[in-house]
Amino acid sequence: MVEANVVYVLVAREFKKFVREKSRLVSTLARPVIWLFLVGGGMSRFVSPGAGINYMQFMFPGILGMTILFSSIFSSISIIWDKEFGLMKEILVAPVSRFSIVIGKALSGTLISVIQVAIILMLFPFLGIKLSFPAILNTIAVAVLLAFCISSLGIVIASFYESFESFSVIMNFIVMPMFFLSGAMYPVNKLPAILKVASKLNPLTYGVDALKHAIFGSGELVDFSIFTDLGVLVVSSLVFVTAAGFLFERKK
Amino acid sequence: MSIIKVENLSRRFGAVTAVNDVSFEVDEGVIFGFLGPNGAGKTTTINILCTLLSPTSGRASISGHDCSKDPAEVRRSIGIVFQDTTLDKDLTAYENLMFHAYLYGMKRADMKKLIHDALYFAGLFERRNDLVKKFSGGMKRRLEVARGLLHRPKVLFLDEPTLGLDPQSRANLWEFIVKLPRKHNVTVFMTTHYMEEAEVCDRIAIIDNGEIVTMGTPDELKKTMGGDVVYLKTTDNKKAARDIAKLFNLSVSEKDNELYFTTSRGDACIPEIIKATGDTVLSVRLQRPTLNDVFLKMTGKEIRDSDVSSDDTIKETVRAYRRRFGRS
Ligand SMILES: Nc1ncnc2c1ncn2[C@@H]1O[C@H](COP(=O)(O)OP(=O)(O)O)[C@@H](O)[C@H]1O
Ligand SMILES: [Mg+2]
Repeated sequence: MVEANVVYVLVAREFKKFVREKSRLVSTLARPVIWLFLVGGGMSRFVSPGAGINYMQFMFPGILGMTILFSSIFSSISIIWDKEFGLMKEILVAPVSRFSIVIGKALSGTLISVIQVAIILMLFPFLGIKLSFPAILNTIAVAVLLAFCISSLGIVIASFYESFESFSVIMNFIVMPMFFLSGAMYPVNKLPAILKVASKLNPLTYGVDALKHAIFGSGELVDFSIFTDLGVLVVSSLVFVTAAGFLFERKK
Repeated sequence: MSIIKVENLSRRFGAVTAVNDVSFEVDEGVIFGFLGPNGAGKTTTINILCTLLSPTSGRASISGHDCSKDPAEVRRSIGIVFQDTTLDKDLTAYENLMFHAYLYGMKRADMKKLIHDALYFAGLFERRNDLVKKFSGGMKRRLEVARGLLHRPKVLFLDEPTLGLDPQSRANLWEFIVKLPRKHNVTVFMTTHYMEEAEVCDRIAIIDNGEIVTMGTPDELKKTMGGDVVYLKTTDNKKAARDIAKLFNLSVSEKDNELYFTTSRGDACIPEIIKATGDTVLSVRLQRPTLNDVFLKMTGKEIRDSDVSSDDTIKETVRAYRRRFGRS
């Protein structure tokens, strides 16, 4: 059972804080832009991905994936923050179902991510990419699904930690490997076997692949069919949300 | 009628027994105080009562709803002010109350008025649009109490409500708390390690090492100390001592030119003393046993303020640091 009032207020709180913290917006938007133009721009001189596009263009879906990854994970692990500074207790003693809290938090992360990814997406003309209006809508639709999936994963991660000390562990051992093993920077099918397995277990891989479908069409740049991508994202979202619900229900 | 019932409640954390076979009942409409030093098990008991923690054994119920088996009903009936603040410091006072109102599923139509009332009640109406991080400790506490009452709970828990406040704010908050039962029709369950604060409770349980050592009204507890001590100075101590000893049939001692004796009814005997000793009285004073004396007698130790501290200041610093360097 999901209570609309709970979901609404959790999302409204996150949104309000997001709008209020201008510096957070600037710095989360700066990261993908810097990667795109400094890493992408630099690599374009050495690497040619083929399919008639340059490396910066190749990286674009990956950078959108990166934006979603970072902002969704950050939004969700702010739960650890709330645990440490008490607000989570205020939420947990309220007569609300744990599942509503999970959905509210997952949708908060989704909203924040999609706002940011929509802003980054608007850079496409500067990269020489042509996108039709339906292609833009498809990209946003994929971004919503991916952001929900990653936000739910973030909640599962957050439920294992009580304090923010573990922040760098989460960044270095979960977030960064997820990014590099997602096909954002290089095609995963050229990786060594063991990393290939890891990349296939990584939900972001399918998200980035779906973004490639939406932006470049289903040509030679994609690894899976769009149905595989969307299917994996939907199923893993359900798994993460259910797991997060159970982990929240668990009493000490 | 008792609204909180606790039977043989125990909670262990590994080798530590935080709460050990505790039983008590709290009547509706009273202020019930849990008095004990740091680590006594006060917060653990509250956490079990408010459904955040399950007991290792025993039962706790509020308004007839079992805290482990029927947490949803219990949650609906209670409001809580935790030991460390649980406000969102990046939201305003108004937004914090709004957040609470939505969480408790309050009706949209009522929300605004109830929130305004709460802000007036907390004396924060003028500051309603300020971020909570700009508030003093006392203001935050009042806001938390007002928030805890917003959904009209039957029981309000206050865990060390005056911890970390300056004496002035403590006094103000007390004035505010003692009015709660009548004003809001609520039963107050509070913990404290300040003896003088426990005095205002209708009933007190003294807890130490996870066990309740004694329970009763403040007066009952103090009576167990054997009564009040009356001190008196006269122009003729010898004669006065004889007269009083005869009058009350007890022994009177003298120390530093001052007579003193112990009686169970100190206040009532003062007029009689003055009558008996006539013009020779220079001064009379009455010393009643304090809860501190009771605690000392029951546990063999004193509660010191320095034993208890709030995590808040440390966390505040960490948070400021992280805001600057950590989180993007
Ligand atoms: N989550 C926990 N894990 C381990 N030990 C705990 C935990 N919570 C409380 N304790 C221990 O239980 C005892 C009682 O703690 P607490 O209920 O917080 O006391 P009080 O609130 O009276 O100061 C202490 O010895 C404390 O260290
Ligand atoms: Mg405590």
